Amino acid sequence: MAEKQFKVIAETGIHARPATLLVQTASKFDSEINLEFKGKKVNLKSIMGVMSLGIGQGADIKITAEGSDADHALNSLEETLKKEGLAE
Amino acid sequence: MTFLSGIAASNGIAIAKAYRLVEPDLSFEQKTIDDAAAEVERFRQAMNKSKAELEVIRDRAKVDLGEDKAAIFEAHLLVLSDPELNTPIEDKITSENVNAESALKETADMFVMMFEQMDNEYMKERAADIRDVTKRVLSHLLGVQIVNPSMIAEEVIIVAEDLTPSDTAQLNRQFVKGFTTNIGGRTSHSAIMARSLEIPAVVGTKTATEAINNGDFVIVDGLKGEVHINPTPELVEQYRKIHDEYEVQKAEWAKLVNEPTVSADGQHVELVANIGTPNDLKGVIANGGEGVGLYRTEFLYMGRDQLPTEEEQFVAYKAVLEGMTGKPVVVRTLDIGGDKELPYLELPKEMNPFLGFRAIRLCLEEQGIFRTQLRALLRASIYGNLKIMFPMIATLDEFRAAKAILEEEKQKLLAEGQKVAEKIELGIMVEIPSTAILADQFAKEVDFFSIGTNDLIQYTMAADRMNQRVSYLYQPYSPSILRLVKMVIDASHVEGKWTGMCGEMAGDETAIPILLGLGLDEFSMSATSILKARSLIRNLKKSDMEKLAIEVLNMQTTAQVIEAVNLATKL
Repeated sequence: MAEKQFKVIAETGIHARPATLLVQTASKFDSEINLEFKGKKVNLKSIMGVMSLGIGQGADIKITAEGSDADHALNSLEETLKKEGLAE
Repeated sequence: MTFLSGIAASNGIAIAKAYRLVEPDLSFEQKTIDDAAAEVERFRQAMNKSKAELEVIRDRAKVDLGEDKAAIFEAHLLVLSDPELNTPIEDKITSENVNAESALKETADMFVMMFEQMDNEYMKERAADIRDVTKRVLSHLLGVQIVNPSMIAEEVIIVAEDLTPSDTAQLNRQFVKGFTTNIGGRTSHSAIMARSLEIPAVVGTKTATEAINNGDFVIVDGLKGEVHINPTPELVEQYRKIHDEYEVQKAEWAKLVNEPTVSADGQHVELVANIGTPNDLKGVIANGGEGVGLYRTEFLYMGRDQLPTEEEQFVAYKAVLEGMTGKPVVVRTLDIGGDKELPYLELPKEMNPFLGFRAIRLCLEEQGIFRTQLRALLRASIYGNLKIMFPMIATLDEFRAAKAILEEEKQKLLAEGQKVAEKIELGIMVEIPSTAILADQFAKEVDFFSIGTNDLIQYTMAADRMNQRVSYLYQPYSPSILRLVKMVIDASHVEGKWTGMCGEMAGDETAIPILLGLGLDEFSMSATSILKARSLIRNLKKSDMEKLAIEVLNMQTTAQVIEAVNLATKL
């Protein structure tokens, strides 16, 4: 299983458009991908799951991926987070 | 053939097929099914149809409304593909043998509840997204047509209970030829929108949605306030003629675009426009507006989930000032509260919102919001002829407090090395009787007044303008209102200041002769009313109207005033 930690820097947190982008990216992969925040874990391919976490600016989040393309998925998600100025 | 009568909200004649913007019946019964696999398949097909439909809507929204507005449909599409939604629904169908409708509704309701219970306003609104998506899928399961205003691709007349700002934002101007609603009056949002879009409208018909079916042939007569359903060929012919004559009349008025607004005896007044967004400038220029008399900045704050930034506001104000190329632009600072809510401010509900915490009252309390707007305005001031006006001023202290904050922000900007125009006229809306009565004292400190008649009338008459049962008290020509208007105009002239009017009354054919006689300096109205008003004023002698004004001020009833105006202006 691959995993990575991030700190959310976007002023609006992971809402709306950022959440859409992340879910779209995650959905491209076969691996099981989860997002963890404050001890809660949701499916990163689920827009409602992601939004239900209510992730704001400054939040520490963890993304885990398990499956054949786990590493690729994680790299892709990291790229999206950084390119959009969402997290570091 | 049937006929409805309502309120003429926007001039012109429209003839087209009806498109009902009405929620369809999505009720269903919970049923036990025999073939779960077939039911899952039926559910998947409904999902696929919904996705295909949303993709079309999203693509069209991208073109018509921009990426920003299309994002909402992108989110809807993701909800449809959400495994956390689909899997439980399919499981429910298979394990409980219930029909897809019930499985969908129960699962979606659980998510709706979860989002509604969050203490974040943004998240609460997501509940509405899930409801929207559920409705779409349900409509495909039930085989009923859901309304998709953005998908309209032929000329139509919109028929609705009422039209909200978000409804109208989705309407394609190319195809929407007119509209008619059950509720509303001349000052309701739908009416104001119709005038700014320049499409004929009849509102307040009470029964339009019951009387009109999809595809009915409809005539909307926005001149008389009538709606004809499936008219005879003779009537259609008659209306085509009225339509053509009206177009000729408009062409006649159009010749006045570059003419000054002077009365028959050579007195000049200013005819300016009310606008809501920089997009409205096109209409102002096309209709020969001599400036902007009321820029309602609320629209910058509405239809979004957080306050607009200083930069966003600056861009909008600069666009308006530059667009008017040096002509006066009166910007009203934030007038929120009353019937205009901003969900993200989370203001408590009030028993009497029109008498409550709104406009300048809110701005003086929530100074962060106010200061951001003032900074944006001050920074934009160097791009044109900016005048700032505060809404809902009831006391001189309020005006002084607002002015002091403006002055502070100006000094801060100058200290930061920013440029600010040297002279910015500062005025107030006169819409509360206390201010009209004390206008002589206000006139010593403000640079101008702008009379907001919609509110001035409702506060003077103590009649809620949203309440249809007391709408008979909305009497702009009442001698009591006219006396207040006179007090304000006279008070400003004593101090060498000027008075404008930015309510509906300023563009009203019956009111204009009186207002001209009372000495009103500036008339601010819907852009589409300007040329008609100019044509009217060019036919009136100001000296005659002064006599008329004195006469009507001493009358007893509104009816007498209307009669006197008709008599005096009969050509």
